[in-house]
Amino acid sequence: MHQSFADLSPERLRALLHQMMLIRAFEEAAEQLYLQGLIHGTMHLSVGQEASAVGACAALRPTDYILSTHRGHGHCIAKGARVELMMAEFFGKETGYCRGRGGSMHMADVETGNLGANGIVAGGVPMAAGVGLSIQMQRQDRIVLVFFGDGATNEGAFHESLNLAAIWNLPVIYFCENNQYAMSMAITRASKVEKLSDRACAYGIPGVTVDGNDLLAVYCATKEAVERARSGGGPTLIEAQTYRWKGHSKSDKQRYRTKEEVKAWQERDPIARLAQKMLEASLLTENDLQQLQARVDEEIAAAIEFAKASPEPDPATIFEGVYA
Amino acid sequence: MSRELTYAEAVREAIDLAMARDERVFLVGEDVGVYGGAFGVTDGLYQKYGPERVRDTPISEAVIAGVATGAALTGMRPIAEIQFMDFITLSMEQLVLQAAKLRFMLGGKVQVPFVLRTPAGAGTGAAAQHSESLENWFVHVPGLKVVMPSTPADAKGLLLASIEDPNPVIFVEHKLLYRTKGAVPEGYYTIPLSRTEVKRTGCDLTIVATSLMVVRALEAAERLAKEGVEVEVVDPRTLKPLDAEPIIRSVCKTGRVLIVHEACKTGGFGGELAAVIAESEAFDYLDAPIRRLAGLDIPVPYNRELERRMVPQVEDIVDAARRLVKEAR
Ligand SMILES: Cc1ncc(C[n+]2csc(CCOP(=O)(O)OP(=O)(O)O)c2C)c(N)n1
Ligand SMILES: [Mg+2]
Repeated sequence: MHQSFADLSPERLRALLHQMMLIRAFEEAAEQLYLQGLIHGTMHLSVGQEASAVGACAALRPTDYILSTHRGHGHCIAKGARVELMMAEFFGKETGYCRGRGGSMHMADVETGNLGANGIVAGGVPMAAGVGLSIQMQRQDRIVLVFFGDGATNEGAFHESLNLAAIWNLPVIYFCENNQYAMSMAITRASKVEKLSDRACAYGIPGVTVDGNDLLAVYCATKEAVERARSGGGPTLIEAQTYRWKGHSKSDKQRYRTKEEVKAWQERDPIARLAQKMLEASLLTENDLQQLQARVDEEIAAAIEFAKASPEPDPATIFEGVYA
Repeated sequence: MSRELTYAEAVREAIDLAMARDERVFLVGEDVGVYGGAFGVTDGLYQKYGPERVRDTPISEAVIAGVATGAALTGMRPIAEIQFMDFITLSMEQLVLQAAKLRFMLGGKVQVPFVLRTPAGAGTGAAAQHSESLENWFVHVPGLKVVMPSTPADAKGLLLASIEDPNPVIFVEHKLLYRTKGAVPEGYYTIPLSRTEVKRTGCDLTIVATSLMVVRALEAAERLAKEGVEVEVVDPRTLKPLDAEPIIRSVCKTGRVLIVHEACKTGGFGGELAAVIAESEAFDYLDAPIRRLAGLDIPVPYNRELERRMVPQVEDIVDAARRLVKEAR
């Protein structure tokens, strides 16, 4: 086994590379569909951030939970969701994960442990403490990982949640995807701490910053935090430094950053980096890579077809789901 | 002189005029600077007034409300923006328990003159956490004023009046109104708060509507006129403190009233309006029960058709009005 691939087998690595490519293809398709006028609403794309979603979820078990964000398509795929059911949700169809009621910002797949994306910045962070408490009180062999952005760390609820999880020793991993901006607000303008993981010391818990565009680095850091949480060691704050290639949402003129900056980050493409590393270690051939891409394209095309052919929700069911 | 402006432009012009006129006025909120606000309302103001007076904040709605409250308490005139009305839920404590009551609790020794602007409403496919209409939460709180303009000209005049007002004002804009156009007078003018306006006169039925629903009610009235039904459309504009007199007068005249708002029906502003009418002399003039047409009691769905059905549309207003003119007490 190649040292720089941790405990991941070649098959597993190829599967993770496939997931990252699938996320990118999903996002690119989402954007195209939106531009074609087929999608009502908005969306937040995670192109460029694939390694953080996939690396973090790779360290989890199927029975572990995640809580996701508005930029959550990647988390959903990384936790094992089916792209056709996601696409159907994106189209607002009855066959979608949320029966067309939630859309892009509320994508969830409860069966694979994804308790949902969130329209509210830091919306999942306080809940994570509750999920952690539930796991602890039911003596379950599970943990919860909550994704959030750099912007979320300035909501009061973020601080309340970390402190509570710390004092109660809850099995929660706080996973910050620091993509440098919260809409137009650069993190350097929004916070005076150098590393967001430094905030962990305010709650007496471990904090670590990793290269979020390096799948292995993300995986290893998360694995360590998972082991700690599973063995009763309590919460960890992980900061994955990454970058969003696309605008914040559909309507972003991106006046707050330069093309050069975007380009510099694009040169650190997490997918190309992993592929390159695997090629160099002979864990992958150019031919494999092409086949992977062809497979991904097929999966996305099939998902779009499924979504388009799916029925709209029946208006007669409009009141369903408000109460249990 | 007036010219056509969009609702968003009218709001921006009001902010610009207020900032040019009064040094104490400043903007504070998420992405209000270079980005120009999530809906482009504050576009260009950062370039004109600079970072000291157009202040981007981190994503921290509690402290946005807190900064507005504290600064207003001590001599400034903040205009805070909460990016979507949904997120005002994170500002509640400072608004409801502090800003609203400080003057009263301190025996009238202080005032808290700020405006909190926020876009509300569904219709953009943004689903349940970006489509709320929560105005009535604030109507319930003594000490807060609640303003909801339906036209560009009203938006400008009411915003300037809100900025001049010595109290905290929750100023609710509707996302679907931002691009609507109307004649807007040039220069500085105010429209006094708590002045209900009759937007169209008619003798068969009164429709009291708020915000976007005023626009839809006027369109419904046009259609109904073709059927020989003359609708009077009344817009309270300020929900709290409410100027009830013109509403009551209208109902006395027509004998029938339909209340239309977008927010969920249960616990919405329509209940308050219905009670105000029922308690007034208009009660004796009613030829039919007071009717409400409002948002369904569900979270706003993502699916386009479900979302459309959740909120009153022009055809729903027409139908409800048709039924009501045939109804007898
Ligand atoms: C409580 C709240 N405030 C504001 C918003 C509007 N909003 C949505 S995403 C976003 C930026 C979030 O930044 P970050 O947490 O860094 O995540 P990113 O978008 O960069 O992935 C903002 C301001 C929101 N959805 N919820
Ligand atoms: Mg961010």
